[in-house]
Amino acid sequence: MDWLNILIQGALLGGLYALFAIGLSLSFGIMRLVNIAHGDLIVLSAYIALVTINATGLGAIASLVVVVPAMCAVGYALQRGLLNLTLSGGLLPPLLVTFGISVIIENVLLELFGADIQRLHAGTIETASLQLGGIAVGAYPLVVFATAVAAIAGLQILFYRTALGRAFRATSDDAETAELMGIDNRHLYAVAMAIAMIFTALAGVLMAIRTTFDPAAGPIRLIFAFEAVIIGGLGSLWGTLLGGMVLGLAQAVGAALSPTWQILAGHIAFLIILVLRPSGFFPRTRD
Amino acid sequence: MTLLRTRGLRAFYGDFQALFDVDVAVAEGETIAVIGANGAGKTTFLRAVAGVLPCGAEMVEFDGRPIGALAAHEIVRLGIAMVPEGRKLFPSLTVEENLLLGAYCGRSGAWTLARVYELFPMLAERRALPATALSGGQQQMAAIGRALMSNPRLLLCDELSLGLAPVVIRDIYARLGAITGEGTTLVIVEQDINRALAASARFYCFQEGRVALAADCRDFDRQAIASAYFGL
Amino acid sequence: MIGYRVERATRESRWFAAFLLLCLAALAALPYWGGPGAMRLVSEMAYYLALAQLWNLLAGYAGLVSVGQQAYVGIGGYALFYLTSEFGVHPLVALALAGPIAAAISLLVALAVFRLRGAYFAVGTWVFAETFQLGVSLIQPLGAGSGLSLTPAIVREIAPDRAGRELIVYWLSLVIVVFVCAVVYLTLRSRHGLALTAIRDSEPGSASLGVDNFRTKLMIYVVTAACTGVVGAFIFLEKLRISPEAGFSVNDWTVVVIFIVVIGGIGTLEGPFIGLLIYFGLRELLADYGSWYLILLGVVAVAIMLTAQEGLWGLVARRFNLHLFSVRRHLTRLPGG
Repeated sequence: MDWLNILIQGALLGGLYALFAIGLSLSFGIMRLVNIAHGDLIVLSAYIALVTINATGLGAIASLVVVVPAMCAVGYALQRGLLNLTLSGGLLPPLLVTFGISVIIENVLLELFGADIQRLHAGTIETASLQLGGIAVGAYPLVVFATAVAAIAGLQILFYRTALGRAFRATSDDAETAELMGIDNRHLYAVAMAIAMIFTALAGVLMAIRTTFDPAAGPIRLIFAFEAVIIGGLGSLWGTLLGGMVLGLAQAVGAALSPTWQILAGHIAFLIILVLRPSGFFPRTRD
Repeated sequence: MTLLRTRGLRAFYGDFQALFDVDVAVAEGETIAVIGANGAGKTTFLRAVAGVLPCGAEMVEFDGRPIGALAAHEIVRLGIAMVPEGRKLFPSLTVEENLLLGAYCGRSGAWTLARVYELFPMLAERRALPATALSGGQQQMAAIGRALMSNPRLLLCDELSLGLAPVVIRDIYARLGAITGEGTTLVIVEQDINRALAASARFYCFQEGRVALAADCRDFDRQAIASAYFGL
Repeated sequence: MIGYRVERATRESRWFAAFLLLCLAALAALPYWGGPGAMRLVSEMAYYLALAQLWNLLAGYAGLVSVGQQAYVGIGGYALFYLTSEFGVHPLVALALAGPIAAAISLLVALAVFRLRGAYFAVGTWVFAETFQLGVSLIQPLGAGSGLSLTPAIVREIAPDRAGRELIVYWLSLVIVVFVCAVVYLTLRSRHGLALTAIRDSEPGSASLGVDNFRTKLMIYVVTAACTGVVGAFIFLEKLRISPEAGFSVNDWTVVVIFIVVIGGIGTLEGPFIGLLIYFGLRELLADYGSWYLILLGVVAVAIMLTAQEGLWGLVARRFNLHLFSVRRHLTRLPGG
């Protein structure tokens, strides 16, 4: 049992899970909205990539040129047109509306594409490997991990070094007073969702190169994202990366014992942490 | 020239009517005070003018233009800024970030970050601290500075003296001169009557959502104010 | 001196109670005027109504929005299959035992999941359901991935012949739905129900009056889990087969149930009845169009949450001030002095 290899694989898998989780984290941090449809939006991105590839012959990674703007538009419209309306109604509307949207997306995809399992192909990078200090590390997982790190670093710069980032933090603190500063909440929330969709689109395409997907693949992605966020601690993006890595590690260990244990091992690790340390490793936001 | 005028201003919180036919006029460059007991509708009045509370379009006129139906973020861009009751600084932001956020609406003018630090030097010393690390008086100054950063023509101040020690209040009011010196129009809402009347040219006294008395600060009758204040 | 009395029943609720009894009598007699197809449809409606009333109690009254109740449906089903095959327990006894078993497991789940609030609680319950599904699929004695079937010997314990079995299973569905509705109704009429309404309106407020929020919610969660377990056991008793995917299916046991409650009217006892009729109506109407009925249901549910949160029944109730189930208390003046 090549444990070192397993651990490295698991840690790198955390990069993908962190990418899943960024969108969820942003939307909760800025708007206090847990988007139950988040996993389905990741899968939607993968399908948009599929359609783009079939229509234009672009490669999988190149298709991001279409997928990212498309998902940004979807996110902006969804937030501005629907989700903004749920924010003032209490606990039930955001939850049940995003739940309804999740079911709608899943079934529309089912009607349009059928239940067939799909996959995107990116060519040689899928199987390439690098030698790092004598160990063979998959090039693709490394790329995904690096993307996650770059994404989080970029977001940290956005939040702490730009006027827009200040506006996000202020609105998250006190939306009404932020309006007095000239910040249009409805537009800002929609922009936040659009930004979240950039990473959702990335996550969807990168995932689809690595694993198969079908219309029903959304919920489990939501759960992975959710587990990464909770393990890492609400409100901290670097914590989410760590949470993703813990999840990835648990899954890699489980998979090494037996392939059918992979996802279950992740759930068990999550539940243990939930019972022992419910605020995660790097909690920052008060709920 | 009248900068702000309200005509028959009515405002509601749900089904509850908080303001009844309020008529107020403020000339450009003037400083007026709005006084009254708790619940008299002073803060509601400011919120209606600032656009936080919706009201009829014609009920509030700014520089001749009806703004009653506009949202708060649009009204800031027109040149009305509010220093909200309780300061309401953003806890996740530093002092400097709070000030910079005040300039978000993009209005240019005399008030820059440097100028605000000139007016409130103790803020410059604490610029990198989280806003919540400041004392009450410093927070009030930061809130005023933040509102000034939008270079408003009209500044609405809600209960500047709330929870502050008299010496601190005196310090804050002493600096208001620098603000009005730029030609900024000021509406001061206060429970501390003496402070408010000393700083203003005219005053309105609110009582249960209505204007009970409007007069010049120089020739006021204590008795008349007491009656208007308490509705006797 | 004017006297007052606290009453619950209203004129409308008495008429409605009589109407319900009539319906129940007619349905009980269904085997004699309808066919096996009708009986199967009615028993399906019965268990969906039961699941809906339970989810409504949990989410609409206790404010615990769970997206993981399918866990207890599966647990109930597997409890039935395991008890009958391993321990030779009579199927109907096993069905009753599914309740306490689900209740015990729900206590353990609550230990972890009650640390989460709001939407995080919801996803947490879902994680548990997924965990149970995956766990069961790895356990050989529970049939692992392919599941279990009820052997003919066990099935014959219910009744020796097929017609007799269909009759008993059908009447059992009516008994269960009446039982579940009674449990929900009585809980809401009790002081726990009053506590729930207080908690729903304001948690700090109710806590300041001495309501133990945590214990009330825990009690509701466990009771709901127990009843859901019994319903789950019934569902798979009827199907004669269980597998991890079927037992813990979020689509079958949660999505549909949530839509029924939300469209009908969350937080009202009458709502699930309306939602049930709409769900089955739409399903029949759009039977030839694949999953379009689910898409339509989703759109309607979203629309209702955005415009009329109280659902279709809520609109009717507000317009006509109609309350068919007498859970609220009102004052009536006593005659004389």
